[in-house]
Amino acid sequence: MLDKRIEKSPVPLTKEDFASDQMVKWCPGCGGHAILAAVENVFPRIGYKKENFTIVSGIGCSSRFPYYVHTYGFHGIHGRATAIASGVKIANPDQSVWIATGDGDSMAIGGNHFIHIIRRNIDVNILLFNNQIYGLTKGQYSPTTPMGQVTKTSPQGTIENPFITAGLVLGAQGTFFARVPDNNVKLMTEVLYEAAKHDGTSVVEILENCVIFNDKAFSSVTSREKRVENQLILRHGEPMIYGKDNDMGIILKGTSLYAVKIGVGGITEKDILIHDQFNPDPGIHRMLGRMMGPDYPVVMGVIRSAKAPTYDDMVEEQIVNAKKSAKIQCVDDLLNSGDTWEI
Amino acid sequence: MAKQKNILELEDVVVKFVGDSGDGMQLTGTLFSDTAALAGNDLATFPDFPAEIRAPQNTVAGVSGFQVHLGQRKIFTSGDMCDVLVAMNPASLKANLKWAKPGATIIVDESAFDEKGIEKAGYKTSPLEDGSLNSYHLIKAPISVLTKESLSNVEIDKKMAEKTKNMFVLGMMYFLFQRNLDSTLDFILKKFSNKPEVVKANQVALKAGYNFAETVEAIASTIKVGPAPMEKGRYRNITGNIATSWGLLAASERSGRPLFLGSYPITPATEILMELAKHKSLGVKVFQAEDEIAGICSAIGASFAGSMAVTTTSGPGLSLKSEAMGLAVITELPLVIVNVQRAGPSTGMPTKSEQSDLLQALFGRNGEAPMIVIAASSPANCFHYAYMAAKLSMEHMTPVLLLTDGQMGFGSELFKIPKVADMPEINPPIAQPRDPDFKPYRRDSVTLARKWAIPGTEGLRHRIGGLEKTNIDGNVSTDPLNHELMVNIREDKVMRVANYIPEQEVFGDESGDLLVVGWGGTEGMLKSAVSQMQNEGHKISMAQFNYIMPLPKNTVDVFSKFKKIIVCELNNGQFVKYLRMTLPEFKYRQHNKVQGLPFHVKELSEVFTKILEEK
Ligand SMILES: Cc1ncc(C[n+]2csc(CCOP(=O)(O)OP(=O)(O)O)c2C)c(N)n1
Ligand code: SF4
Ligand SMILES: [Mg+2]
Repeated sequence: MLDKRIEKSPVPLTKEDFASDQMVKWCPGCGGHAILAAVENVFPRIGYKKENFTIVSGIGCSSRFPYYVHTYGFHGIHGRATAIASGVKIANPDQSVWIATGDGDSMAIGGNHFIHIIRRNIDVNILLFNNQIYGLTKGQYSPTTPMGQVTKTSPQGTIENPFITAGLVLGAQGTFFARVPDNNVKLMTEVLYEAAKHDGTSVVEILENCVIFNDKAFSSVTSREKRVENQLILRHGEPMIYGKDNDMGIILKGTSLYAVKIGVGGITEKDILIHDQFNPDPGIHRMLGRMMGPDYPVVMGVIRSAKAPTYDDMVEEQIVNAKKSAKIQCVDDLLNSGDTWEI
Repeated sequence: MAKQKNILELEDVVVKFVGDSGDGMQLTGTLFSDTAALAGNDLATFPDFPAEIRAPQNTVAGVSGFQVHLGQRKIFTSGDMCDVLVAMNPASLKANLKWAKPGATIIVDESAFDEKGIEKAGYKTSPLEDGSLNSYHLIKAPISVLTKESLSNVEIDKKMAEKTKNMFVLGMMYFLFQRNLDSTLDFILKKFSNKPEVVKANQVALKAGYNFAETVEAIASTIKVGPAPMEKGRYRNITGNIATSWGLLAASERSGRPLFLGSYPITPATEILMELAKHKSLGVKVFQAEDEIAGICSAIGASFAGSMAVTTTSGPGLSLKSEAMGLAVITELPLVIVNVQRAGPSTGMPTKSEQSDLLQALFGRNGEAPMIVIAASSPANCFHYAYMAAKLSMEHMTPVLLLTDGQMGFGSELFKIPKVADMPEINPPIAQPRDPDFKPYRRDSVTLARKWAIPGTEGLRHRIGGLEKTNIDGNVSTDPLNHELMVNIREDKVMRVANYIPEQEVFGDESGDLLVVGWGGTEGMLKSAVSQMQNEGHKISMAQFNYIMPLPKNTVDVFSKFKKIIVCELNNGQFVKYLRMTLPEFKYRQHNKVQGLPFHVKELSEVFTKILEEK
């Protein structure tokens, strides 16, 4: 549900209400442009007052984002967007708080704050621009760069296992995780709307093409030719079916998921798993999030959206309860509490 | 019938209670202090905890102590050496004898000096028998045994009975100081209200101790410390960390900005985090972050969102916060950073105090990142300086770093309770909805403060951040002249705070042969030495700085009226370096100590005397 606490705009808003007067300085062809388009689509649709959006970012190409949307914005320091945004949301829960961060910003230097904001389930929305590279600093490998990839700091190929973002988020007890390719603005807009509706930390991983330093990093999944074969777009309540003839699907056998062809080996549509994004048990969600080629499709859409209390709500609740029962209602009460005496 | 005892009248007395961690010395010391305060004494206290949480029983590592300095005059410090030492076991005697004045009264629990106890303390022979205490006034009493005997009619288990021996010894001390038992009896009643037998045991033990002291011959005289002349008013005892917490709460209430604390536990600052966490009824939001960086960053976010934001830490944590402090400087947001100093570098000596971080506070950031730096100088005035830190930060829209230290943080003294309504007003420059002139970096022409535009306010959407911005408009800019302008404005803004802080005061005559200069937590120690030498007729005065960046406007004036200046610090000379670079026209001598210990009056008077004698 959209947050009842956040005041709605009295008039319908449009894209133009959020258009910034700043020049967008991302490279032409950068995936960032599509993310901006999706956000401009979704903010008016969410319908909160335009003063009730705050965008916080760290440092990186992706973190330029706040300048390009006309809201309250805070461009922080490298890795700390999640920590800064935690403060914004706890202090001012009437804001709809959005975080723009890169793969390095969130999972290298900011890894600590990233897992903790997720674990606390603070009600913010994280746009994770994953281009599997450090863009702003011109092409060093990041914590999501695939093993063996040659980059400026790995001339012989990296020798590090990358994070799978979904695994990290769900491992940190994430309540909302979605993945979208940057070349499907329609899906991204839908997913961002779902993220806004979720109570708690929502992480939306956007597979973002960096045309300059990591071009086509996701093309085996996102290119026009490959995407139908290699993407499974999840929809709640629908079977996990994909492929150009809609004849591929996911089944659960034993404790593992398998990609199968319907009609082969006695598999029928009834055997295909139905997606339940609201399932509190993250087991299947974790398996879905980890799936990748060549044996599996890459899952897109909302993988998990589980109900759980949010940190910021509980903060407010504790204050309300404390005010009801406490003897100390103002600082003068406090100063004069306990042992005092007159001289 | 007890013999009539003599009465020894004293200006001031230092008492130290020491024992094993489990012996309840902190409580004993606190109750003794409260009773002294009720009797009108001025006082200051300092606890001396073991570094280990559960050190082996009855070893030197497990000794816990509580020192109180009380007087019928103004008391400046918790005292150097003690006049009365109460030692509950051999280990505590061993660890603390060096802090007893020659001829001091030593009260020991004789029952604890058995073979095992003596050996565990690392003594070869019993110090009670081998003559090593001959130069002291030793009062031996089998306290544990007597306590148990006194409880023979109370239904209580052995362990509990053993535990009340601290009340027995407190009773003895109350006789020695001719104190009234009522407030302690009352305290016991309230504390154990649902355990009547425990109330009875403690009260019986307290009275038994008092009666025993009255009859025992070893106590030939009682001590009288009369009421100190004090300003009329309502008082309480307070530690520096609590005073800091309350000063912040008062500033939040007075300014109308809700308090947000983002912090990570670290000795000796943790108590502020714990204290503020208790006061949700005052609307405080306390965020225990995953590390110090998240502590300050969440506070910066909260400040952007309109809260009076605070982060608290100690030296190593301050190092972690450096980058984010620069962010608060460039975004020109209010933020109070409290640093309760401890001995460094690195982990250093966490439980020992030191004036360790002044240079870090002044200069420990990348780029030109000026910051207001204030230091509290006594446990009670932490309240005032925390309040002022918040006031200056919000009114001038720039971060303020408040320095206290472990000695102040844990130490206590009497605090005259103010009324919040009597505290100076705090008026943050909050931008009004739909202000047509609003620009992120448009400034007040006098203070140079920008406006605080709080998310949610209509018509004020804007972006700020760590990238350099154009003045007024706040657009990202690498323009060379704009950068220089912004650097200079941020500096000027901090320097102009000198117009809003009090002038530097001098303790003693405004001119003379020697000016003793200190800052922060050494105030009481320096004052004790200086006032003693003033009484001896020396032309010596003292200037203790609380406002460090910027310095009070009259600092040059103050310095120029003395023939010699000596800067005394519990570090290797940080303030003196700063003075040499900011006011190079003066010659500064320096006296430094970096032992994790306070200055002692004797060492200071020796240093000052020597300088005064120099040609
Ligand atoms: C403390 C600190 N360390 C390093 C940097 C340099 N730096 C800036 S952005 C960046 C990496 C950005 O990568 P990512 O988060 O993936 O963002 P992208 O540019 O790819 O969007 C680095 C290393 C910095 N600004 N601050
Ligand atoms: S360098 Fe890469 S990530 Fe950065 S703006 Fe250009 S394309 Fe986008
Ligand atoms: Mg990146």
